[in-house]
Amino acid sequence: MADAADKTNGPTPEALPKSEPAGYFEGESMSRRRAFTVAGQAVGGLAGAIIVLPAVGFALAPIFKEPDEVWESVGPTSRFTADTYKPVVFTLVEGIGEAGKTTAFVRKGTSAGNDPYIAISTRCAHLGCPVNFVAAAKSFVCPCHGGVYDFEGKVIGGPPVRPLDRFQTRVRNGQVQIGPRYSVTSHLQPVRYRDPGEYTGGIWNYIYPPRPDTPPPP
Amino acid sequence: MKLPDVLIPPPLKKPHKPGTDNGRNGADPLAPVKDAPADLVGWLDERTGGASFLTGMLYRKVPKGTNWFYTLGSATLFAFVVQATTGVFLAMYYDPSPTQAYASVTHLTNDVFLGEFVRGMHKWGASVMIILIYLHMARTFIFGAYKYPRELNWIIGVTLLILTMIMGFTGYLLPFDQRSFWATVVGVNINGTGPFIGPYLSDFLRAGAEFNAATLPRFYAIHMLLVPGLIIALIGAHLYLVVKLGTTAPPWLHPKRTKTTVREERV
Repeated sequence: MADAADKTNGPTPEALPKSEPAGYFEGESMSRRRAFTVAGQAVGGLAGAIIVLPAVGFALAPIFKEPDEVWESVGPTSRFTADTYKPVVFTLVEGIGEAGKTTAFVRKGTSAGNDPYIAISTRCAHLGCPVNFVAAAKSFVCPCHGGVYDFEGKVIGGPPVRPLDRFQTRVRNGQVQIGPRYSVTSHLQPVRYRDPGEYTGGIWNYIYPPRPDTPPPP
Repeated sequence: MKLPDVLIPPPLKKPHKPGTDNGRNGADPLAPVKDAPADLVGWLDERTGGASFLTGMLYRKVPKGTNWFYTLGSATLFAFVVQATTGVFLAMYYDPSPTQAYASVTHLTNDVFLGEFVRGMHKWGASVMIILIYLHMARTFIFGAYKYPRELNWIIGVTLLILTMIMGFTGYLLPFDQRSFWATVVGVNINGTGPFIGPYLSDFLRAGAEFNAATLPRFYAIHMLLVPGLIIALIGAHLYLVVKLGTTAPPWLHPKRTKTTVREERV
């Protein structure tokens, strides 16, 4: 073609209409190879998202599940006094046998406090080992790393970062009932419950944010 | 690169053409039987090209001074293979439900033939694997084998170390006795002390705000499906880079200093 054009003194290359860039057809802003590459990647990405997103949501769903409020009777009001704690065992999580049970130490509230009954969780605020109430010392002692709490559950020794958690209490038909767990600050202000090892109060409430799968504090 | 013929073991040698019997002219009636292994290997090799890959990997050149310390990586790999194998067979008897787990472990330990042995291999093999990883890592560090161009292999190795730690953490819960339960409670709470995402991380591990019925199956799935898959994939990448880049000479072997190398050092 080029030879023929030269021989017949046809139009010079400058006079010919400008050709499209390689791979582009007339009037197209994208080469077909590029269009198919983008389309192929889009379809592949969509297929990947269809596989991955439900799986991730499936695995993360429990974080956002709101808990049911469960109250359990632990004994008649006459059983508990204001000067010492009585241990009560109740089921915290259903369906896992002994592992779902926990112990709380319950006493009658003093007149100064608002709650008629105080239920202290045995879950150590350090890393979650079960603490024991030592009546002679009027304090809670953790066997794992030596955390010690006073009669109110405030830290008086060892590594725990905040006072012992508590459970909401109420009286129904002469029975003391134990309800949702809550954490307290070092001044015993209730907050939504945190895992052991997490500080409470002030800026710590933002550094260790409350979780949607825990009940609101009283 | 063509290897000298004497280095190639007979099964990997190229088989002679079908229809010929290697110049024996039918003198040996057992020739077809003798040729069967080579024929089989040849059949596979013709269709996969695997022999050149294998010879390239197994007969690759290693530097002078390669010594027993260079076997720690292979030893770690062997420990992983032991864990994977015994783990598959333990899974045949294990029941990851909170009410049945302890009973199933007791049953497989005390009643099943060789159960105590297989479980012991898995339990002690876990510690052996961690120890070997650290020795392998120390060898790499002390010999300077993490330096250019092998930084990526160091990063992959550290990722493998973390994944192995996750294996140890998730596997510890599975016998579901007092020790493993409380160790997991403590371990999950340590995860929770990380700022901002810690609380959500421990919720993810427990599948909720408290240890519950979904926690043990979740640990089991992470322990036997998710993390082993990642480990196998990363071991593949780790070995690929070892073969691709070669190993380093021990630091006490210096190349001969010639005028050229001295000039290169100065540049």
